[in-house]
Amino acid sequence: MNDPYATHRLQAYISALVALLLSAIPLPHVLGLLRPDLLLLVVIWFALMSPRSTGPLYAFIWGLLLDAFSGVLLGQHALGFVAVSFFVHHFHLRMRMFPLPHQTFVVLMLLWLYQFLLFWIDGVSGHPLNEWYRLLAGVGGALCWPLLSGVFSSLVRRH
Amino acid sequence: MVALRDRGARFAPTRVGSLAWRAIALIALSLGIMVLDSRHDGAGLLRRSLAQIVAPLHRIVEAPFALRDAISSSLMTRDALRLQVTTLEAKNRENALALQRLHAVELENERLQRLLDASPREAVRTLTARVLQVDLDSARQRVLVDRGSVDQVTSAQPVIDAYGVYGQTTRINASTTEVILLSDANHAIPVQIERNGLRTIAAGTGDPNRLALPYLPRNADVQVGDKLVTSGLGGTFPADIPVATVTEVRRDPSQPLVQVRAAPNAKLDRDREVMLVWYKPQVISTPAEATPHPAKGKSP
Repeated sequence: MNDPYATHRLQAYISALVALLLSAIPLPHVLGLLRPDLLLLVVIWFALMSPRSTGPLYAFIWGLLLDAFSGVLLGQHALGFVAVSFFVHHFHLRMRMFPLPHQTFVVLMLLWLYQFLLFWIDGVSGHPLNEWYRLLAGVGGALCWPLLSGVFSSLVRRH
Repeated sequence: MVALRDRGARFAPTRVGSLAWRAIALIALSLGIMVLDSRHDGAGLLRRSLAQIVAPLHRIVEAPFALRDAISSSLMTRDALRLQVTTLEAKNRENALALQRLHAVELENERLQRLLDASPREAVRTLTARVLQVDLDSARQRVLVDRGSVDQVTSAQPVIDAYGVYGQTTRINASTTEVILLSDANHAIPVQIERNGLRTIAAGTGDPNRLALPYLPRNADVQVGDKLVTSGLGGTFPADIPVATVTEVRRDPSQPLVQVRAAPNAKLDRDREVMLVWYKPQVISTPAEATPHPAKGKSP
């Protein structure tokens, strides 16, 4: 049977792979703190714009790979990704209608929700990192969202 | 804007009920994996298979940097190379001289230890490792090095560079090892002040240029410029390796503890090559002395 979403799914997996690799490029210390969670932004974008091609399982797989890739407790990014992707899936029709600043604000809230989940898991598992600069990654991600969203919209639509 | 609008009139997107159930199941699965993984080697098989998948990805990220290094070293001019050789030769002469003296002292030390009937020092084996240019987590001070279980690397093994202690190994993969740096906020190392032998703990702060000495009382004898070396307690690091230099001492009369900051000797954020050390801690026979400081920073 021909899967009508195969192309989108392939694009989703390739974009996620690229985002995963980019997340490990060394940056100077200060810039590194602002480093957006690119992989999560990709997951959010596909959940928002192509919710039939990717599901929570997609978020889970890439979260787990990010865990292994960055050498943290297995499952913590996976949990954050699944939670965020659930919200986006659930509200994607509403979120698509938002004007860009409004949408960016929602993305910022989702990124902070994700950081909070990580913060909580780090605390429970005994690797606390209660520094305010954790919130910066969310700000960096929100700043990237309009750009990423624009680039992806133009790339993924034409196929 | 809507990417899939050409897919007919099926407007209702995903079935929310099944979506919620799938999300809940996956979150439960993540929680289960976390619980297993937080125990020692609980998710061993999963972790090992994932490590197999991500190891080539790490190499891909590293590849452009390795290429840059290769190109810049092959493009060095004759003059630059000659200059480098001259400097290295001079340095080598100096080191050889120092080594001669050290050798004499070592022999004398051995004689004295035999006189005292003390247990001999364990031989130390080292292996050079390259730091991969892979940023694991910006908020944490961890790096990957290119040696793994095939090189008999074990967990909680000391890692040093040419200037002092660099960190310790945590997670061992087949061909790479994760090293937690001295400056990671979850790392602490037992040290002593070289000048007076005062023992304490140096904790990481998350900033590669700063350590904190949080457990010294206000009247402790510590000054700016004091050199900190490993005390050998705790059993992870051999004794007397340089760790850091005290840069700031602040005594606040209202605080019971003195606030001390120190700068690590090792070039934590610039090193490309480090050394893995194999060493067996000496067994301290008297129980009064054998209460090691808890070495934090061992990842599960």
